[in-house]
Amino acid sequence: MPALRIENLKKSYGNVPVLKGINLAVENGDVVAVIGRSGSGKSTMLRCINGLEPFQEGTIEVVGHKLDQSRANLRELRKEVGMVFQSYNLFPHLSVAENITLAPRVVKGLPRDEGSALVREVLSRVGLAEKADAYPDELSGGQQQRVAIARSLAMKPKVMLFDEVTSALDPELTGEVLKTIAQLAEAGMTMVLVTHEMGFARRVATRTVFMHQGTVWEEGKSEEIFTHPKTPELKNFIAPDLK
Amino acid sequence: MAYEMNFTPVLARTPELISGTIDTLILSSQSIGIGLTIGLAAALLRVDGPKWGAVVSATYVEAFRNTPLLVQLFLLFFGLPYMGIRLTANEAAIFAISLNLGAYSAEIFRAGLLAIPKTQIEAGLALGLSRLQVMRYVVIIPALRIIYPSLTGQLTLTLLGTSIASAISATELTLAGAKIESQTFRSLETFLVLAAIYITMTFVFRFLYWLVGLWLFRRRVPKTGSAAATLTLPREVES
Repeated sequence: MPALRIENLKKSYGNVPVLKGINLAVENGDVVAVIGRSGSGKSTMLRCINGLEPFQEGTIEVVGHKLDQSRANLRELRKEVGMVFQSYNLFPHLSVAENITLAPRVVKGLPRDEGSALVREVLSRVGLAEKADAYPDELSGGQQQRVAIARSLAMKPKVMLFDEVTSALDPELTGEVLKTIAQLAEAGMTMVLVTHEMGFARRVATRTVFMHQGTVWEEGKSEEIFTHPKTPELKNFIAPDLK
Repeated sequence: MAYEMNFTPVLARTPELISGTIDTLILSSQSIGIGLTIGLAAALLRVDGPKWGAVVSATYVEAFRNTPLLVQLFLLFFGLPYMGIRLTANEAAIFAISLNLGAYSAEIFRAGLLAIPKTQIEAGLALGLSRLQVMRYVVIIPALRIIYPSLTGQLTLTLLGTSIASAISATELTLAGAKIESQTFRSLETFLVLAAIYITMTFVFRFLYWLVGLWLFRRRVPKTGSAAATLTLPREVES
C-alpha cells in the first residue's frame, strides 16, 4: 500500500480550475520532488494533502487515512502528516522548545517531563541542539526553518510535506536547510517536496513530478526526468536557455 | 468674596467614602471579568464561528455600541420587571456594564484576532491542533499583545463608567458622594475628593494591567541574572 495515493483530485477557485484530475502514488521511503511553474498547482496540491485546501472531487489517502470532500478524519490524518512552510510559521511568542512540544503536548498528551528529551532528539536531528531556549526572532531564517522541520518531526509523522521551504532564504541559508532535508531522506522519511531547487530535486529526490496547467504532466525517476525529459514543456522548463 | 474650602465635613464621612470605594472596586472587577469573557466569546464567534454566530455576535455588538450605557441600565433595571425578571440595582448595574464592555471589547479582540497572519493558524492546524486549540495556544497571546493598550484603555473607561450606576441607586462611590454632598452642601469639596479617589483607582488598576502584561507577555527570562538582562516590554504595553 502506498504511503500516499491521490486519485482524480480536482479543485477550482470559482470557475477557475486549478487542479484538473491529479493522480499520484508515493511509496514508503520515496522522496518525491514536485516541480513546475508558478501557478501550475503544485503548492495547491500539497495543501490539499493535509486538508489546508478543500477540493471538489477525488480522494486522497495518506497512511491509511482517507480524505474526501467531507473532511472527516482530517485531524487524525494531520497527526501523521507533517508540513513545513515557505515562511517557517514558527509561533513567535513561544521558545524553540515550546514550539516543538506544543502539538505533542496538546494533541497527543505528551507528559511534561518527557518534553525536554523530545526537544533534544528532534533538535539534534536538525543540528540545533543548543537553541532550545531561543525565541524565533533570535534565529536566522535558515535556523528558523530547521526548527520548523524539528517541530514537525516531533509529531513523528509518517509523511512530510515541504512547501517551497527554501524560497524565502538566501543561497547560503538554503544550503543548510537542504542538507537537513537530505539527511531526513537518507533516514528513510517519506517526503513530498514542492521545490524550485532543481539540483536538489535531481540529487535527493527518488522521483520527480513535473506539474503543468493543473495536471501531472510528466513523472519518473529524477535522473530520467532531468536527463531525458520527454515533453517539450518539461524540456523548456528545465533548460529554457537551450531553446 | 472668595469661597473658602472646607474639607472637614466631607472627610468626617470617610467610612462612607471607603465603603463606596470598595463597592465601586467590586462592581468594576465583576463587570470587567464578565465583560471580557463575553467580549472574547463574541469576537471568536464572529471571526471563527458559524455564519449564524457571526450574525448574533454582530447584532449584539452593534446594539450595545450604539445605545447609551444609561439607557441600557434603565432597560435592564426598569424594563426587565415587565418581563418578570426583577434585578436588584447592583445586579442590573453589573449586567449592563458587563454587556456594554462586552460589546466594546469584542471589537477590540476581533481586531487582534484578525491581525494574526493566516499562516500562523495554518501551521497550528497542520500540526493536528483543533481550531479551538489553535486559538488558545497560537493566536490569543500574540493577538492580546497587539491590542493590549486599547483593551486596557477600554477597561479604564469601564471603571469610570460605573459611576453611572448611581442613577439607579446601585451602591458605589458616586452614590455615596451624592449623599454626602446633599447632606453637607459641600459640593466642590465632595466631588474633588471623589475625583481624587477615582484617579487613584485608575492609576492602581493601570499598574495592575501593566503587571498582568508583564506576566502575559513574558518572553525572555534573563539568562545570567545580570542587571542588564531585565524583562523588557514594548513601550505601548505600559500605557
